Amino acid sequence: MDGAIAGLGEDAPADVRSNRAAEVIQAPGSVICPGLVDIHVHLREPGQEEKETIESGTRAAARGGFTTVACMPNTAPPLDDRPRIEYVIRRARESGHARVHPIAAVTRGQMGEALTEIEDLVQAGAVAVSDDGKPVRNAEIMRRALQLTRALGVPVIQHAEDPDLKGDGVMHEGWTSTRLGMKGIPDAAESVMVARDALLAELTGGHVHVAHVSAGRSVDIIRKAKARGIRMTAETAPHYLVLTDEAVEGFDPRTKMNPPLRSAKDRDTLIEAIVDGTIDCLATDHAPHTEIEKDSDFDSAPFGIVGLETALGLYIKALVEPKHLSLPELILRLTVNPLRVLGLPGGTLEAGQPADVTVFDPARRWTVRAAEFASMGRNTPFEGWELPGRVALTMLGGRVTYRAAALETSAR
Amino acid sequence: MIGTRKDLLGLEDLSADEIVSILDTARTFREVLDRPIPKVPSLRGLTAANLFFEASTRTRLSFELAEKRLSADTVNFQTSGSSVSKGESLKDTARNIEAMGIHLVVIRHQSSGAPHYLARNLDAGVINAGDGTHEHPTQGLLDIFTIRERRGSIAGLRVAIIGDIMHSRVARSNIWGLIKLGASVTVAGPPTMMPLEVERFGVSVARSVDEAIEGADVVNILRIQLERQRSTLYSSLREYARVYGVTGERLRRAKPDVTVMHPGPMNRGVEIAQDVADGKHSVILEQVTNGVAVRMAVLYLLAGHKAPDESVPETPATETQKAHGEPSLHPRR
Repeated sequence: MDGAIAGLGEDAPADVRSNRAAEVIQAPGSVICPGLVDIHVHLREPGQEEKETIESGTRAAARGGFTTVACMPNTAPPLDDRPRIEYVIRRARESGHARVHPIAAVTRGQMGEALTEIEDLVQAGAVAVSDDGKPVRNAEIMRRALQLTRALGVPVIQHAEDPDLKGDGVMHEGWTSTRLGMKGIPDAAESVMVARDALLAELTGGHVHVAHVSAGRSVDIIRKAKARGIRMTAETAPHYLVLTDEAVEGFDPRTKMNPPLRSAKDRDTLIEAIVDGTIDCLATDHAPHTEIEKDSDFDSAPFGIVGLETALGLYIKALVEPKHLSLPELILRLTVNPLRVLGLPGGTLEAGQPADVTVFDPARRWTVRAAEFASMGRNTPFEGWELPGRVALTMLGGRVTYRAAALETSAR
Repeated sequence: MIGTRKDLLGLEDLSADEIVSILDTARTFREVLDRPIPKVPSLRGLTAANLFFEASTRTRLSFELAEKRLSADTVNFQTSGSSVSKGESLKDTARNIEAMGIHLVVIRHQSSGAPHYLARNLDAGVINAGDGTHEHPTQGLLDIFTIRERRGSIAGLRVAIIGDIMHSRVARSNIWGLIKLGASVTVAGPPTMMPLEVERFGVSVARSVDEAIEGADVVNILRIQLERQRSTLYSSLREYARVYGVTGERLRRAKPDVTVMHPGPMNRGVEIAQDVADGKHSVILEQVTNGVAVRMAVLYLLAGHKAPDESVPETPATETQKAHGEPSLHPRR
């Protein structure tokens, strides 16, 4: 089958191994793994093409080693009806850099008031529903969404945040916000919503996936919910593992995201939760913005940073180098686990699977240069960081979507 | 010392020595203000821009007066929250300042850290005239100057700061400055207006106004602005006045010669009772006068390395410190 994995090494059929027309890619010292999967990106199209397009965002995915991304519906207008879901799928197919699974809005216009036509949206190709960017604030609507999605076998992905507790906060509430005179967002703003949703998932039997967990208290709740058999899964993002609220010192808007960078204690709790499986998968929350928007005072700048092109390196730095996880354990959380949260197959290198493959050198160090990003968003706090895990090659269905300049190839 | 700095963004960044050098310079300028013609040519040929993105009367007047007393040219920009994106306008402002060849920028902005943004993006010296709820360093300096004038020195004094600590840039600058100079600071206010981990500034938190005032040398009363805060923070001005208002009765717990301060404008009968505001312990109007001298000192010291041509005296701050300023001030006759 074209574009599929024929087999690994000696297990590959003899006619494939002896095919003289095949290109041979040599990457000594590199890891060959299933294409990485990001359950949480913002591709900004339709409507905010000045920030990112499906084309540029998926090119960034390929450059970061990702072959599959699930994109959030907070576009302008939001992905809350069938034509818009179909539009995203079509544009992604035309671009051809990555598989894109759209996530549909829970409520019309993401206004939190009336449910979208969830069944139609799922049939159109949505893999989950979420009002990400905002929480589903109304507990009654959350309950009904969980009942409806349960029957369809898709999760409700919750941006867990109590809007009243968040208020007009811009960073984690703690000593640094006190010192800098910045309006704080307490960790409880996230955790009270996680607790509420755990109870609603228990009530309905539905599946809540908690997006971008940032607070240690949320981890405690998720761990207890799982122990009680509640269908709750969770993700986090790399920046919560390598930065704390102290990074906001200096008022650089590239350290502004929601949820905010939290305390060192929260960071340590998140790492434990990744290790013990309480946090199921690792995402990016890739949130591109224009330079004009981010080049300002802290309060005026929008929340969010880009992540696709730095995630792998940051995760290796945060989790594998300090020996919290082995490399295969990390890859599981970047491939199979996010797919299973969405109820999707794949994420392996078994014969017959689509040849979605990522090749990277875990030891090879490289320097983050936002100017070289394929993403239109350059809003990263990691400019100039030296990271491990340079991606050498990304392949989607047997076709190369990214190839590092230095990679040697030869014809047989 | 401060003469090697480009900007004054907050008292957190300054050493005790730098603060003392500003206070000493301000002392000299305070004398200038008492002269028949209270003007010196120190900043002749330099241009200062006063950018007030947030409404202000007295701080803006005080800075403008300080600039004029130093013979600087001044330009003013004032807006009260325009419809354009604030971030964009700040960046454009920076570019315009650069294009106009302005030497010193005084900025007040509703966003904490906005002066830091300008400082990063400009060669001009930047003076923070109040950023969001972060710092208001010249207010902190003028408060400390006033305390020092009254009580001789700062070390060992007991200072009570009463009010909305969370949203007060005046409180933050006072706390940093006072603690660096060896005072012991106690804060009191509604628990909803006490920021998380406030003790880490090095202050004690009193459970009541009475406890904070007990034995105090200085009581600094912050302006309460319930109308600007979220309504969830406190019930009413009436309740605030009853629980946190500083009255003559409460003030009796302080030292008999206590110094009473308020950054203004006052809500008489709310955070400060009439008899306290106008009483013998009040130095509230002295604070206003001293504010001009302190701002002159800051402008003068920051301008030390900004001389555009020979018309400006070669008077960097180091010389001022050595000679206490007198030779470089050239009072006009």
